[in-house]
Amino acid sequence: MSTTPTSTQPDLLYSEEEEALRAAVRDLLTDHCDAPGVIARTESDAPHDRPLWKALTEGMGLAGLLVPEERGGQGATHREAAVVLEELGRAVAPVPYLTSAVVATEALLKCGADDLLAELAAGRTIGALAVALNVAPHGAYRTVRLADGVLHGELTGIADAAAADVLLVPADDGGLYAVAADAATVTPQVSLDLTRPVATVVLDGAPGTRLGAAEPAVRRALRAGAGLLASEQSGLADWCLTETVRHLKERKQFNRPVGGFQSLKHRLAQLWLEVVSLRAAARNAADLLATGDEDAAVAVAVAQAYAAPVAVRAAEEAVQLHGGIGMTWEHPAHLYLKRAKADSIAYGTAGGHRAALAELVDLRAP
Amino acid sequence: MTGATDAAELRRRTAELLAAHPPATTDRLDFLRARFDAGLAWVHFPEGLGGLGAPRSLQPVVDAELAAAGAPDNDPRRIGIGLGMAAPTILQYGTEEQKRRFLKPLWTGEEVWCQLFSEPGAGSDLAALGTRAVPEGEDWVVNGQKVWTSSAHLARWAILIARTDPDVPKHRGITYFVCDMTDPGVEVRPLRQITGEAEFNEVFLTDVRIPDAHRLGEVGDGWRVAQTTLNNERVAIGGARLPREGGMIGPVSGTWRERPELRTHDLHQRLLTLWVEAEVARLTGERLRQQLVAGQPGPEGAGMKLAFARLNQQISGLEVELLGEEGLLYDDWTMRRPELVDFTGRDAGYRYLRSKGNSIEGGTSEVLLNIVAERVLGLPAEPRTDKDVAWKDLSR
Repeated sequence: MSTTPTSTQPDLLYSEEEEALRAAVRDLLTDHCDAPGVIARTESDAPHDRPLWKALTEGMGLAGLLVPEERGGQGATHREAAVVLEELGRAVAPVPYLTSAVVATEALLKCGADDLLAELAAGRTIGALAVALNVAPHGAYRTVRLADGVLHGELTGIADAAAADVLLVPADDGGLYAVAADAATVTPQVSLDLTRPVATVVLDGAPGTRLGAAEPAVRRALRAGAGLLASEQSGLADWCLTETVRHLKERKQFNRPVGGFQSLKHRLAQLWLEVVSLRAAARNAADLLATGDEDAAVAVAVAQAYAAPVAVRAAEEAVQLHGGIGMTWEHPAHLYLKRAKADSIAYGTAGGHRAALAELVDLRAP
Repeated sequence: MTGATDAAELRRRTAELLAAHPPATTDRLDFLRARFDAGLAWVHFPEGLGGLGAPRSLQPVVDAELAAAGAPDNDPRRIGIGLGMAAPTILQYGTEEQKRRFLKPLWTGEEVWCQLFSEPGAGSDLAALGTRAVPEGEDWVVNGQKVWTSSAHLARWAILIARTDPDVPKHRGITYFVCDMTDPGVEVRPLRQITGEAEFNEVFLTDVRIPDAHRLGEVGDGWRVAQTTLNNERVAIGGARLPREGGMIGPVSGTWRERPELRTHDLHQRLLTLWVEAEVARLTGERLRQQLVAGQPGPEGAGMKLAFARLNQQISGLEVELLGEEGLLYDDWTMRRPELVDFTGRDAGYRYLRSKGNSIEGGTSEVLLNIVAERVLGLPAEPRTDKDVAWKDLSR
């Protein structure tokens, strides 16, 4: 490839290796993560797809992408993890990849908790950062009380906690503690997003292992989560556009394909423009996170301020333009709508990220 | 082959040119002519026509060397239509004689070009154009009216499309010509626009005689020839690489920072939203350029003009509001005919008004949305009632 990205010109493309990774993940999801199966699973006892998680992690080693090889991982970067997330978003796959392989892993990378890190990187252990999913990288989060060496408190809105083996819990002494999930009471909450459900975590004298300082670990974890969420949203929006275009080419009313009506063509063309723009913004965030560029905070905030409205609109358009079928439980459009809407809150709202940008790029409030 | 396809060879030739014609002591035009003759004008053009048959991507090598030596350039912004639209079309469809006659003074800027395409009755539906060209001996006699012609009052030549056969469907009866703007039948009138100035002209053609030797391409093949011109226009409008805040968002961000007394919460929310959209549009354009460089051109180009038109309009509209009492003012309504147009030039009111044209010129946003829907997404075309009807039988 002849592009020569510099620190001021992020590489916004996909390398051949990244495209190969995408193809491998997509093949796996095509075979093992079809929409009827995902819909059926949402109302089962096991909303998370553990066989799929095993295939992605133990089979393909994808849980360790962000972890250096000498610490038990694959030594890849946020660029590759972003490609995996695009595909998982495209399939609304119910696996704890963003929460365990990105967010919890980033927290552990910061703490230097290498034994647990290697467990997560191998995918044998699923981790969840016990910070509510709606908390932005710069936002306030709740802590639990440390008393007599054990932890007490209740936390809510913890994504994928029901699937987690270990919880990373910020405590009021400023530490981040590893708590075994079976030492806590984890109760699934009835969640808007059926494929990334949230749960409450109650600690009633639970023992924990202090990993390090909570604040820097949580900030780093949430920033990576927010930045790479944009890639998941990009994949989700791309699925919504592609499926809607396909449907409108086939669906006939008034003796014509519905997709031939100009009002719909213009809406879809506009959506296409937003989807390709989101891809550029998400790629920029992933690349700057990967290179540790000082501009990464701006790139993440830009990507998140842009991504949520686009992903939500893509999903809303998918529901509307599929007509009646889009309102049914049977058609998967609702899974995408629910994920997109929950994602618009996850790791900070678009408005929250705009407020962060106001400081970062010196466009201050009145 | 001259072996001039690598950067080192181009640098050597550039040094030779500079040695033979030192910019400090050489007349500007003499230097430009010598540069053309040395094949360093546009290196991807053929030898003898200002180029060396080298890859287009090597042009920046030459430009950088010449700029560093303080050499004059051909003021490309003044002759954009010639360079961007007429030249590629002449190169692709012109006869050897036409290429030799037209390309050199076009490139040096000695002869300015304009484009006679749009008509009052043929805008988005350009192929419906009604300007007639009728053969008479060795000439064509042309009658009609063209509009939205920039540089017409400065131009020596025009690229012109006219109807040569009204009895066939509209796309098939068009022929492409080079029109002499000094012909006594050519009348140029300034077209004053909502900004107060006249960047464009109306051009009235009355019994203009064009020799058949100035036809580009075959008779009746003008629509195909024009596609070369129009594709190059959209590439030109797609825009260059921008730094952050490099476009319309720059001035309003500057005003926001410098004048805290103007800030309101509502404007703050809208500014941040537009700032994000402008930054994402910039990244999308950058990604498109990286794809082009990597030899994987994406379809995003069609969308970039849509994005920038909307953003320019919304951002400049916000800027007028931000200015409050000053937003009630306008710098100058005096009728002028500017030689250069800068969308971000002048004041906020001008930017607001001028940017209204961004969603009309070079393909309306509505037509571009159709193009994206049909060519990128593969959605069905509109039902056509004009395809197999002779031009003379179309309703108008």
